[in-house]
Amino acid sequence: MKQKKDVPQGTLALMVLKTLDVLGPLHGYGIARRIEQISGDLLSLNQGTLYPVLLRLEQEGAIASDWGPSENNRRARFYRLTPAGHKLLAAEKRDWEQTAAIIARFFEVNAQDLP
Amino acid sequence: MRALNRLFARLLNFAARRRDDERLREEIESHIAIQTEENIRTGMTPEEARRHARLKFGAIETVRENYHAEKGLPFLENLLLDIRYALRVLRKSPAFTVVALVTLMLGIGANVVVFGVLNAVILHPLNVAEPNNLYQIFHKEWMGGGPSYPAFEDYRQRNTTFTGMAAIYGLSSVGLQWNNAVREVSGYDVTGNYFDLLGVEPEVGRFFHASDEHGPGSAPYVVLSDALWRREFHADPSMIGKTVNLSTNPFTIIGVAPREFHGTEQFFWPDYFVPMANEEQVEGWDFLHTRLYTPVSVIGRLKPGVTVQQATENLNAIARELAREYPATDKDQSARLIRPGLEGDNEKIIREFLVSVMVLALLVLAAACANLASLFAARAADRSRELSLRVALGSSRQRLLRQLLTEALMVSLIGGAAGVMCAGLLLNVLSRWQPFGSGSAQLVITVDAHVYLVGLLLSLASGIIFGIIPARHAWQSSPLQMMKTGPVNSTHLRRFAVRDLLLGAQIAICTLLVTASLVAVRGMVHALHAPLGIEPKGAMLAQVNLGMVGINGDDALAKQKQMIDAAENIPGVQAAGIVNFAPLSGSGMSGIPVYRPGTVDQSLSNQVLATRVYPVSPDYLKAAGTRLLTGRNLTWHDDAHSPRVAIVNATFARKMFGQASAIGQRFLLWNDLYEVVGVAEDGKYVDLTESPTSAVYTSTAQIRQSSTVLVVRSSLSSREIAAALQRMLSETVPTAPITIRTWEDALSNVLFPARTATAALGVLGLLAAMLAVTGIFGMAAYSVSRRMKELGIRVALGARKTQVMRAAVGRPMVLLGAGSVLGLLAGIFASRLLGQIVYQANPRDPIVVGGAVLTMALLGIVASAIPARRALTVDPSKLLREE
Repeated sequence: MKQKKDVPQGTLALMVLKTLDVLGPLHGYGIARRIEQISGDLLSLNQGTLYPVLLRLEQEGAIASDWGPSENNRRARFYRLTPAGHKLLAAEKRDWEQTAAIIARFFEVNAQDLP
Repeated sequence: MRALNRLFARLLNFAARRRDDERLREEIESHIAIQTEENIRTGMTPEEARRHARLKFGAIETVRENYHAEKGLPFLENLLLDIRYALRVLRKSPAFTVVALVTLMLGIGANVVVFGVLNAVILHPLNVAEPNNLYQIFHKEWMGGGPSYPAFEDYRQRNTTFTGMAAIYGLSSVGLQWNNAVREVSGYDVTGNYFDLLGVEPEVGRFFHASDEHGPGSAPYVVLSDALWRREFHADPSMIGKTVNLSTNPFTIIGVAPREFHGTEQFFWPDYFVPMANEEQVEGWDFLHTRLYTPVSVIGRLKPGVTVQQATENLNAIARELAREYPATDKDQSARLIRPGLEGDNEKIIREFLVSVMVLALLVLAAACANLASLFAARAADRSRELSLRVALGSSRQRLLRQLLTEALMVSLIGGAAGVMCAGLLLNVLSRWQPFGSGSAQLVITVDAHVYLVGLLLSLASGIIFGIIPARHAWQSSPLQMMKTGPVNSTHLRRFAVRDLLLGAQIAICTLLVTASLVAVRGMVHALHAPLGIEPKGAMLAQVNLGMVGINGDDALAKQKQMIDAAENIPGVQAAGIVNFAPLSGSGMSGIPVYRPGTVDQSLSNQVLATRVYPVSPDYLKAAGTRLLTGRNLTWHDDAHSPRVAIVNATFARKMFGQASAIGQRFLLWNDLYEVVGVAEDGKYVDLTESPTSAVYTSTAQIRQSSTVLVVRSSLSSREIAAALQRMLSETVPTAPITIRTWEDALSNVLFPARTATAALGVLGLLAAMLAVTGIFGMAAYSVSRRMKELGIRVALGARKTQVMRAAVGRPMVLLGAGSVLGLLAGIFASRLLGQIVYQANPRDPIVVGGAVLTMALLGIVASAIPARRALTVDPSKLLREE
């Protein structure tokens, strides 16, 4: 059995934003499922932890929410990205890529490469 | 921006108390329902599907907690909860709460009052531009601390370290005549650059400048204070340009100083400012050309970047030059820079006094904190069951700690607020109080932000101090132990020790303060019984300045004789005499050089002594109650046509003539040869702490003075004699301003330091005594109530009364003894501190030590009487049945 990784603090919000960016308006369960699928079941996610993150993003104005019917006609709260959320996602993405690139470069360097 | 959005949303939620979890609940439900359906589709049984869905979701309660924490402001919410709970707990035990609040109110109030005065007197900057580089130039060798006017000019021109220097000369009791009425005013003669140097702007009109002065008598201008302008001229702007008479000479009003400006002295509010060039017109003579007389105070502004050290060296170099150039008058002088504001060298004394009282006030607060800490600790011990229950139910210890601290802080903040409010009221009263009688001397205390800030800080600090001790107790409590054994357990005695220590410290501090206040009272008694050389009781002073209404020379003498005769004719009057200024009134001729007969070179280095001179009428000594030791009294025949005669005091006779009899000896004073005809007893002339001072009484018929103080000794009540004198004087000198007071009232300014010290230390001592009583009472009552059952059993088993008593109040008594001894020792070691505060203070004085011991013993007995009685009257049968 594969070792599952916990979700690092802060990255969950980024995942939520990207999910909503790709799939459009989605309810909490949908977001949770999607994150699990994308991560190839490598992440262990207590689905409930999603909700405080959603609230936080909403309070920050990055996402908005409304009640709506789910696929099987249940009442569910649907979250969608706001223009501010798009901007936030772009900025976070850039940050993340930069960080990843820097770390990657550190791992590439060998002792003999150094002048 | 995002963070701001979020904070706003949270604040909104917090404010609206939006605690509805409806939305979250519904979302969770729908989430789990969808997951369950999904699970069923993959082939699970409904129950299994539901269980898995829940497992996958995680702990719902934790999610809800986190969700809630994100939603509002948990810290604030908890704080509000804590505060509400604390208020409820405090309301539940009103007696405890009231005692705690009152204790704090007194402790913090006392500190705020002392700090308010300290702030106003020392910390508060003067109302001038850039007060930081303004200094007073102080020469300790010269009377009054200033140089002669020519020397001032030399310093001003030769120095390289000051941007400017101004001289100030204070002149009180000047007649200001306007519309045929004469008011008595006090103010300043200042050099023309005074206002420019201080950087103040006029409220109305203009100020005079250095360019207005063109030699003596060239600038007959007067600037009024705002207070005088409002009081006498109804704030009428058209007064600018009008002419008033000062000492019967015309001066043009050119401007009004701003309301809050009163020069550079904290205690003095001058009524007017006149250019020093016109000094002669105000006083009748001037000092602008003599180096023998050193009357002015000098303030100066340092050049930017110049240090005090450099300026002092610069001034002292000039002083050495002057000593070479004017060896007769300017020898051996040194200059020093001090902060202006507190009457020259008094600054050190006043500062030390206030700082010492501040320290004592902080000690009172420390004692109050110790008291409250033991009260709170006792309560925490009683509540240990509740606290341990809460720990057992999963409350975090931090949470409990916060709860207990919140309670303490609530008490300290409410008590502190009450204390600051009372202190504010008291400071306002103090500010309006004029300790030196009516006139220009007063201290205005403004309660500014600093005072409130100090009150807040003191409240918070004391709250934390007395809150930490019981909180520490809760921190260490083990729930298991507590629940098992209940409140009284084996750790009881050890825990008691902390409170023992607190009470001991409290009593030690209180003893110290009681000792201090006893010392102050003793000092005051000493001061009141110091031989003054006069007998103020039964004497009345009527001050009449004839010069103000233009009566001088022989006219003045005739008027004075007329006044004395009229006063002697009032039935009940035993003696009446006049003097130019009464001793201990703050005025008078002083530092007058005396030479041996035949001295030609009358330079200061040849003088035998410097003396005070009092021109008096024949019956003055009798009216003042000054005893004539040998020789004869002055008579009206000692007038301008007969040889000059004088009565000298004992100190003068000893210094001048040694063991030889003084009668018939001669000395030179103001170039006149005087013959000693009598010797009078010594007295105090400036203040009560002065060392023996020389004084000469001359005949007022030989040195005529227009300034007149009529001294009347009578057997009448002060009101009767005052009315009679008022009637008589308004007939004799209808236009002159008259002030009539008992001599005892007039002495109030001399006794002011001793009185203030006694009042301050007395109040602190009283507060300390109260704290000692509440402390001992609290401790004894608590220990009796905790041990009621034990005492009951002892009584039932036949314990004697003394044994019960010892068990009940033994410990507080031991603490009282130990604490008192410590406090007394501290008081004795603090004698230096106390010596600075009160005149002739000696904490080793057996009466003080005995008094302190007796006071503490009495306080102990009073405080433990009620608990002890309760212990003695314990009814074992009733008590044992109750449990």
